[in-house]
Amino acid sequence: MISAQLPALQVILPMFAAPIAILLRRGKLAWMLALVVTWIAFAISLVLLFQVLDDGPIQYFFGGWAPPWGIEYRIDALNAFVLVIIGAIGAAVLLFAGPSVEKEIREGHQHLFYALVMLLLAGLFGIAITGDAFNVFVFLEIASLASYALIAMGKDRRALTAAFQYLILGTVGATFFLIGVGLLYAMTGTLNMADMAERIHEIHDSRAVLTAFAFLTVGIALKAAVFPMHYWLPGAYAYAPSVVSALLAGTATKVAVYLLLRFIMIFGADFAYVALPLGATLAVLAAIGILVASSSAILQNDAKRLLAFSSVAHLGYIVLGVGLGNDAGVTGGILHMFNHALAKGAVFLAMGAVMLQIGATHINKLKGLGAVMPWTMAGFTVAGLSLIGVPLTAGFVSKWYIVTAAIDRGWWPLAVVMVVSSILAVFYIWRIIDAVYFSPPGANTENVKEAPVIMLAPLWALAGASVYFGIDSSFPASVAGKAAAIVLAQMP
Amino acid sequence: MMTSQHLILRVVSKILIPLILLFALYVQFHGESGPGGGFQAGVIFAAAFILYALVFGPENTRRVAPEWALSTLMATGILLYLGTGAASFLFGANFLEYGVLGADFVAGQLLGIFLVELGVGITVAAVMITIYLAFAERQG
Repeated sequence: MISAQLPALQVILPMFAAPIAILLRRGKLAWMLALVVTWIAFAISLVLLFQVLDDGPIQYFFGGWAPPWGIEYRIDALNAFVLVIIGAIGAAVLLFAGPSVEKEIREGHQHLFYALVMLLLAGLFGIAITGDAFNVFVFLEIASLASYALIAMGKDRRALTAAFQYLILGTVGATFFLIGVGLLYAMTGTLNMADMAERIHEIHDSRAVLTAFAFLTVGIALKAAVFPMHYWLPGAYAYAPSVVSALLAGTATKVAVYLLLRFIMIFGADFAYVALPLGATLAVLAAIGILVASSSAILQNDAKRLLAFSSVAHLGYIVLGVGLGNDAGVTGGILHMFNHALAKGAVFLAMGAVMLQIGATHINKLKGLGAVMPWTMAGFTVAGLSLIGVPLTAGFVSKWYIVTAAIDRGWWPLAVVMVVSSILAVFYIWRIIDAVYFSPPGANTENVKEAPVIMLAPLWALAGASVYFGIDSSFPASVAGKAAAIVLAQMP
Repeated sequence: MMTSQHLILRVVSKILIPLILLFALYVQFHGESGPGGGFQAGVIFAAAFILYALVFGPENTRRVAPEWALSTLMATGILLYLGTGAASFLFGANFLEYGVLGADFVAGQLLGIFLVELGVGITVAAVMITIYLAFAERQG
């Protein structure tokens, strides 16, 4: 009986935890509740993934109302994989959160912080799991509002402007999305995605459908921080509390890319890639974005800001994979969502540990940390190698897919962009490594101790997973391949 | 604060406030058969408190609506909503399938909608009062 309710519990459990965290009024208790709930949610996402792989798509009817009238949760290989990404990053980050939040968030706000984190997770799970286009918008707003507030809780005063910037652009994105959904509803008379996908084929050449597609793509691209709409991201990730940076970097933009894939599927890959030049547009924007963001990352002086620019570049890889529109490209893009979430989650957690011990992430302040925080920095280095895309790390596998896809399509310049940006990544990761291992320690790193085990464990779990899935990528790659097949089902 | 002056305002608002509260309850409990519902009722209910705070000052309002009470009510309302949805699990039904909560389908739907709307009303009222007081109490 309980197994039939898992799709609902995936979203409801974190949603329940949010008001309970407020009632608990103690940061520590709220943390424990959030931790337990997130781990259960992670377990649920894994069970759902295996159910989907064994028995095919799962449907869940809310309130017992059958679609297309009621709201339906519909899980296939594509969103089951996204659910696991959210669950895994959430589980790692919340284990890490205890000491970090205690230091960075003031006592009276800690339980509210965890309530917001739970709402954020509920929203992200909801976006991924639902089969109803308007329901997506509702969850998008839940997740976005929670993340605006979470970013604004950063200690740095610039967190407020960063959150405000994100608020404005995020709202524009959400509004565009809603306009797109509204137009689709007007044209098809349904909000259920599967139903919509069936009806939309007959009216492909209608101007309203084209407009809807444009609004949806731009709105989602804003949320996904696709170049040139990435402007909100570096500030938001750099000044947010460490825990929030790690959580958002691993999940939020990935979920937006998932939405892009889902709507490509609804409109039909033939419509998006063949009738319209979506693929080429995305690929060109992504390529420029990769180069610009990687170069900007090298110029940053704050390690978190540097990593945030690197996130924009990596989103570029994912979007590039999607834009290529062939099997290997979309598989690589989806796989890179997973691999990048692991690696970027790990490096942001390492920065969180640094923030806890020395209270800053400016590169000059990191000098000599390799000697006093060996485990944190070794974890950072391993994950950093995956960000660069060194062979035997997960980052290499997905980049390889995308490069081969680019060559398959004959888009050689894009393969060159991938290689050049990997070299740029060596430079920006090296800037941190150089400060940490090869610079004489500064005055601020004396008497600094290693981070507590509870923070090192999730950091190493993510970094270790980056290496594990680099050596044996068969499982995530096969799931990503199935997901890509769903997206490209209508491809001629 | 203003208690020594604005006699007419004070008297009129004291007459109006109970009526506003009563009207909010009417909108709440007739939501399923007339215009209104939990959200609207919550806003109207909060309007009474906001009117009181406008005339008698936020300090006096805080005596009846302290921070801990408002945050508790906010969370309780959501829990009531979610709890109603989850209660149908106990009868082996899906989330929010509250047809199973009553003696028959219609009674169950009525009960479910009533509880859900009550949850919405409580949370919305508490949130509106909190937002108003957060701005009214800002220093400088």
